[in-house]
Amino acid sequence: MTLTRRSILAAAPSALALAALPAHAQKKYDTGASDSEIKIGHTNPYSGPASSYGVIGKTETAFFTMINEKGGINGRKINFISYDDGYSPPKTVEQVRKLVESDGVLLLFNTLGTPTNTAIHKYINQKKVPHIFIASGATKWGDPKNFPWSIGWQPNYQSESQIYATYIKDKHPNAKIAVLYQNDDYGKDYLKGFKDGLGDKAGSMIVSEAPYETTDPTVDSQVVSLKSSGADLFFNITIPKFAAQAIKKAAEIGWKPVHILNSVSNSIGGVLQPAGFEASKDILSTFYLKDPIDPTWKDDSGYKEWVAFMDKYYPDGDKTNVFTVFAYTVAQALVDTLKRCGDTLTRENVMKQVASIKDLELPMLLPGIKANTSATDFFPLKQLQMGRFDGKAWELFGPVITGAVHA
Amino acid sequence: MTTQPKEIGAPEAVPLVPEEAGIALARPGVRPFAIGAAVLAAALVPLLFKSFVTFQLTLVMVYALAILGLNLLTGFNGQFSLGHSAFYGIGAYTTAILMDRWDIPYFWTLPAAGGVCFLFGFLFGLPALRLQGLYLALATFALAIAMPQILKFGPLESLTGGVQGIVILKPDPPFGLPIDADQWLYYFTLAVLLVMFAAASNLVRSRTGRAIMAIRDHPIAAAAMGINTALYKSLTFGVSALYTGVAGALGAIAIQFVAPDSFTFLLSVSLLVGLVVGGVGSIPGCLVGGLFVLFVPNLSEAVSTGLAGAIYGVILLLVIFVMPSGAAGFARLAAVHLARFNQARNRFSDGRKK
Amino acid sequence: MELLLQQVMAGLATGGIYACMALAVVMIYQAIDHLNFAQGEMAMFSTFIAWQMLQWGQPYWLAFLVSVVLSFLGGIAIERVLFRPIHNAPILSSLVAFIALFSILNSLAGFIWDFNIKPFPTPFGNKPLLGALIGTHQAGMIAVTLGMLGLLYLFFRGTRLGLAMRAAAANPESARLVGIRVGWMTALGWGMAASIGAVAGMLIAPVVFLEPNMMLGVLLYGFAGAVLGGLTSPGGAVLGGFAVGVIENLAGTFIPYVGRELKLTIALVLIVAVLMVRPSGIFGRRVVSRV
Repeated sequence: MTLTRRSILAAAPSALALAALPAHAQKKYDTGASDSEIKIGHTNPYSGPASSYGVIGKTETAFFTMINEKGGINGRKINFISYDDGYSPPKTVEQVRKLVESDGVLLLFNTLGTPTNTAIHKYINQKKVPHIFIASGATKWGDPKNFPWSIGWQPNYQSESQIYATYIKDKHPNAKIAVLYQNDDYGKDYLKGFKDGLGDKAGSMIVSEAPYETTDPTVDSQVVSLKSSGADLFFNITIPKFAAQAIKKAAEIGWKPVHILNSVSNSIGGVLQPAGFEASKDILSTFYLKDPIDPTWKDDSGYKEWVAFMDKYYPDGDKTNVFTVFAYTVAQALVDTLKRCGDTLTRENVMKQVASIKDLELPMLLPGIKANTSATDFFPLKQLQMGRFDGKAWELFGPVITGAVHA
Repeated sequence: MTTQPKEIGAPEAVPLVPEEAGIALARPGVRPFAIGAAVLAAALVPLLFKSFVTFQLTLVMVYALAILGLNLLTGFNGQFSLGHSAFYGIGAYTTAILMDRWDIPYFWTLPAAGGVCFLFGFLFGLPALRLQGLYLALATFALAIAMPQILKFGPLESLTGGVQGIVILKPDPPFGLPIDADQWLYYFTLAVLLVMFAAASNLVRSRTGRAIMAIRDHPIAAAAMGINTALYKSLTFGVSALYTGVAGALGAIAIQFVAPDSFTFLLSVSLLVGLVVGGVGSIPGCLVGGLFVLFVPNLSEAVSTGLAGAIYGVILLLVIFVMPSGAAGFARLAAVHLARFNQARNRFSDGRKK
Repeated sequence: MELLLQQVMAGLATGGIYACMALAVVMIYQAIDHLNFAQGEMAMFSTFIAWQMLQWGQPYWLAFLVSVVLSFLGGIAIERVLFRPIHNAPILSSLVAFIALFSILNSLAGFIWDFNIKPFPTPFGNKPLLGALIGTHQAGMIAVTLGMLGLLYLFFRGTRLGLAMRAAAANPESARLVGIRVGWMTALGWGMAASIGAVAGMLIAPVVFLEPNMMLGVLLYGFAGAVLGGLTSPGGAVLGGFAVGVIENLAGTFIPYVGRELKLTIALVLIVAVLMVRPSGIFGRRVVSRV
């Protein structure tokens, strides 16, 4: 063909297209990512006093096995490396350094605990490794200005207790409040948000505060002393074992306050069933996940999908335990984020995708609750809905509320 | 009930000082050479291995030093302590508070931590004089349990950081040396370790050391001979706390974080395990103890995540079965048997010559 | 005044748990002269065995009995297999062996039965007694603990076997010379301690909920109670356990400002203070040694 101007012009677009093609097909990898796999690092307390949270790591392992069997993420298998830190910050530091420096993971996912994550917070940001979907409700994970590589996941504790405070000011403005709280960062964080939410009425409304340690065998005596303070509203900031004890004891001693239970311990199977459904009637709490043994979701498609996953990939798992739902949901969020990274599996791109989650709906999130992030908003989940236990199921009421403590 | 209280930590009849067992390895001149070779090998580690391994070995040295502190009290002086996690924590917090609140350079915090812990240890040792054996164990154990509660205590929060803990920064190498912070900390820890191990070794071989061990083996006889048992026991408590406190300080710098729940009595239990595995009453054994405490849990986890604790327990039991007096005791026995074997072989070959 | 009474009763109720554990701790201490760190985990494991039987549809009394018997046998087995070989080792080595046993039982229980809390039934029901000051279960627990104490007293003082066990523990050499099989006496002591632990576990679980980590806190307090009362005196240990429960409660309720957050510390400080005055515990016998 003769090289006329027309022919060159005709050939131009395809030439340009050819020139552009290598740029699209270019893959960029940081340590931990390759054509065949993505290495993900994780720490969880599989031993020690907090070992009941180990089920989260086990569920996530099962989930990633399922993803791999279905072809992986953009054709790459997930290599999920999870180590036990026994909820001990020095051990977490050691395990995380191993993950980053020895195993060479691309990112850290859903590492659990507040003191444990605090111990690695500076290190991970210095190393510029994504520290995403941290399993802790502390507010400090949403600070992109100072810690651009760390981001939380669940609605933070202070937002949650401020919702309770608002509810109390509205529905029980003259209540006498008793608080039972765990004497660590988790308990104190909730308490702080609660007092902030009550504002200047906090001093007059809260008539009794009782802390406990996780080494205490029971909280029975704390409950007795809270009852004797004459309070008629009980804010229960405890982990599942002590929550069940407190509910049971309160019923035993004939104390029937307005009972607000923190969301860490509102699992029907894990807490209310052992404590007794009768004793748990009328307890209030907030939710962002569907409780697996709540009959409300019996025919829900998201629930059925989750049951199918548990049956096939984690049959030993306890289907009454809300922690498995938590793990399932946050793992889905990770898969969504990594999918959107495409072939650019650099740490910077991971953070970029994490910071641009738009209205992500996941099957086990309550209807109306969506994950959202931006460059200045590192709180993916901010919404909660209140519910009351009617003896069989959690009856959700009121609107989906957006937490007050966020970007 | 037995009429004679069993002494804690009293080794068997195998003499402490290998020279007396006539072992070739202990010939004068060989020992310093062996130690020198070990130190050289230790010094080469950070240059040959990854930063993470250097970090782990720094922690091994920290635990070895903490175990040495416990050893001085329990192994050499027979006073049972389950409370050394408290001293470790006090040392760690002293360093963290000085570095974070008052910007004091890290190397000055070590003597400060040691001094504070010596004081606490000595003061605790005074009332502890009245208690023996398991009753003393409970008292020290009470200290270990109380420490996290005290560290979380509200009114002290402005100092201790309460439940949030304190974050500190790892120091940079001085004089612009071409190594990174991890390597520098390793060498710093190694230097401190060598100095303190040498001091402990000297203490044990001195008159004071013999007095301390006499108190362990025959307290009443020692008192009858004019040893001021009360003073020595309290001083030993203080020195022991000092060692573990300095270890805590180094540990805090290595981890760069202190929080109340890092210093629970489970740490005391780990130190005790390390002490026994290394060999009660043996100074080099502390290093074996430190290695055990750091690496064996990781090893157990690698074998099975679900049964990691069970595997750890089984390994520990095997160690106790095979080496009831710890690694040091085992090494001693092995050396004695080797010497006897050599002697018998020489006698045999001599006999043949005749 | 009413608050004081309530807190004392609540303290006795919780103290009942500690007393039960303290009894098991002292039992084993008397048999083997060592403190068994794994006592709590053994009790927890026994309780899980009972729970498993309940899951299989067996009635409570059968599950209880099977657990107690299996624990007895298990205790003897542990003594023969694990501690016989190292009984000549230094004290600290045995202590570490107990720590190993603790680790194994805890991990195994978590592996087999997972870490979620499980309710455990009580044969005493949960009705309030004495005007809601104490529950029927707590009262039952205290009654059973005192009952076990009584039975042990009768056994040791009134039977030949009890006498033989006491002789073997007090002076093994002389006991052998009169024909007592000292080794089997120790094993028997272990078996009995394990059974008492099983009963303790099954009484404690309804209150604290069954899970692998349920006994750690209880063991600490039980240990404190046993030492307070005196390690040579079962009665003292039981009293010590009750005392610890009450002291802790009263400290937490009535000491202003620091009481709430430091109640455990205060309780332990008080115990140590008592030990200053009575270094072998309140009821413990002073050990006299010949020079």
